[in-house]
Amino acid sequence: MKWLGAALLLLLLLADIGSAVGVVYARHEGRRLFVQLSRLSAERDEMNFEFGRLQLEQSTWAEPSRIENVARNQFGMVSPGPADTVLISRGAPR
Amino acid sequence: MNRRGPLPAPDSLSLPSMAAVRDAVAPTRAAARVRPANTPARLYTVLMLLALGSTGLVVRAVDLQVVRKDFYQEQGDARYLREMPIAVSRGTIFDRNGEPLAVSTPMESIWANPQQLLQGDDRLPELARALGIETQTLRDKLQQRADKEFLYLKRHLNPDDAAAILALKVPGVFSQREFRRFYPSGEVTAHVLGFTNIDDRGQEGLELAFDDWLAGKPGAKRVIRDRLGNIVENVELLREPQPGRDLTLTIDRRLQYLAYRELKTALLEHHATSGSMVVLDVPSGEVLAMVNLPSYNPNALSGADVASRRNRALTDVMEPGSTMKPFTIAAALESGKYKPNTPIDTSPGTLALPGGYLIRDTRNHGLTDVTGVITMSSNVGAAKIAATLPNEHLYDVYRRFGFGQPSGSGFPGEAGGVLPALRAWGPVEKATMSYGYGLNVTPLQLVQAYAALANGGRLRAPSFVKGAQNPDSAVVDPQIAATLVQMLETVVQPKGTAFPQAAVLNYRVAGKTGTSKKAMGGGYGKQYVSLFAGLVPASAPRLAAVVVVNDPQGPYYGGLVAAPAFGRVMAGAMRLLDVAPDNARRWYAGGPDSGNVVEAPAADYGGDATYEEAVPQ
Repeated sequence: MKWLGAALLLLLLLADIGSAVGVVYARHEGRRLFVQLSRLSAERDEMNFEFGRLQLEQSTWAEPSRIENVARNQFGMVSPGPADTVLISRGAPR
Repeated sequence: MNRRGPLPAPDSLSLPSMAAVRDAVAPTRAAARVRPANTPARLYTVLMLLALGSTGLVVRAVDLQVVRKDFYQEQGDARYLREMPIAVSRGTIFDRNGEPLAVSTPMESIWANPQQLLQGDDRLPELARALGIETQTLRDKLQQRADKEFLYLKRHLNPDDAAAILALKVPGVFSQREFRRFYPSGEVTAHVLGFTNIDDRGQEGLELAFDDWLAGKPGAKRVIRDRLGNIVENVELLREPQPGRDLTLTIDRRLQYLAYRELKTALLEHHATSGSMVVLDVPSGEVLAMVNLPSYNPNALSGADVASRRNRALTDVMEPGSTMKPFTIAAALESGKYKPNTPIDTSPGTLALPGGYLIRDTRNHGLTDVTGVITMSSNVGAAKIAATLPNEHLYDVYRRFGFGQPSGSGFPGEAGGVLPALRAWGPVEKATMSYGYGLNVTPLQLVQAYAALANGGRLRAPSFVKGAQNPDSAVVDPQIAATLVQMLETVVQPKGTAFPQAAVLNYRVAGKTGTSKKAMGGGYGKQYVSLFAGLVPASAPRLAAVVVVNDPQGPYYGGLVAAPAFGRVMAGAMRLLDVAPDNARRWYAGGPDSGNVVEAPAADYGGDATYEEAVPQ
């Protein structure tokens, strides 16, 4: 009976130490991963922001008024008048 | 004991002095022996004191470790642990085709700890130079806030500029990420989108209406900081940051621009003070374009006139004038007393009402029919028809088409217009309302009602968000709606009030002009509102639009001022939306008149064309 108690005590002691080491390790690992997460999400944010900036830039270049201006003045384009429009019907002309 | 055996020498050496000591203490011992009962009492006292002391220690320990633990833990943590907010960006607003209309970009804001910064006074000139302000100004600012720990030095800086300032490494100067909103379409979409304040919260328009959706929730993390406030280590995530969600609108950026351009042209041409245009997608009730003038640049708000920030299409009411007549006719057709060809005598072009009111047409249209009342926009005809209808019925029809109540678009600040309550309806009120006076509407309400006519008599609340649920409800019989669209087509045909201004080549157009005098100060002044409401293509309406031009100088008839803008926008919209022409017999390849232009006859306003004007006296 006595040796059983002692063995149990030893087992519990070992389990205690083991779990303490585990807690320390988990905490450390948690911190390490959090740092990594922070770094990666900062990286992701940077990319998102860059994307937003590029979208903004693209959108500014694609502004209809600018396109119209370039098309009309720089390239001398005009909207086709009805005389230049040919409408093709898929079936027989109605 | 047995140790002493091998070493007797020291003992014997110290013997004489020991004896002397024994002699010296002898009297005390003798005294102790006199009162031996004291020993347990002293022991007891000492034990008591010790017990008391240790109890005190235990109590103190419990107090510190258990009772006041949180306080001390907090105080300890506060020395080095900090909660840092994690900024999140606001969602992007897209148009229906995925073009960005509002984008948030990160900016850096430079802030300072005045206490810390004032300690290093000699660095101030350097910092002031980098910030582009006077050293003295900076010092004054800091001294005003000397008891605080936070002061913005400069907000919304380009990240590169901010990095340059931080590179000076002035103690007590930090940067913080913030977001700024950019609107690539600028003033074209200004009223619909609204704007945000410097803290990135929506203040107007859809930015305000969907603020919670767009804004997201900032997260928080715990960090360890050193004495100088630099972050040493990220400890844990307290709250997951939720970035703002994107929003896709029903607005079509291309149509929006087109409407803006043409409205601006119309305003400049007629020297008008303001105007609005709304384009609805008929089958879905979606707002494709909504523009107002004057507008403002949401990217540079300061200095913009506050009045120009109003979304007039939703907040400003006007008397709809003759654009109201189709709804009077709808009630007439519904009553069964009238058919489109029921004759109406509008001679002699005036109608006297009890109380001295005189209703006038621009000229005597003589004997015409119900369709003619719409085509030539006869006030007398409308008033005569209305007089034969019960008040309740007319009121009910107006109400069903959404007049007198907000459209339910969910746009902040939307006005509901005024439809007078039934008990206020006398013969005069009823007559004037039949041609659009004595009640008022917003341009959005008007276009919504026209869209209901176009949609087979089913009314839908206008929606701004793509995919939003806006169930329709039947407000009028589909047959009556179709008949009305046919009647409205005559307005954009020879003899109509908007021919050829509102005509769109290759497409059939239905619409109605309107002109009303602005009510001001209890009467009607010399200012006019020119309106046009129309549907394209008339055979199967896809778009409904309303153009409102306020206070045009010179000609003021809706057919002359508002209709041309409508025609030009619709011509562009039909092309952009790829709507098949419904009036293109001539345009099919190999057709009899292939390639010929339909020449619209020159407008002759003294002759057949008619314009309305009604002025309650």
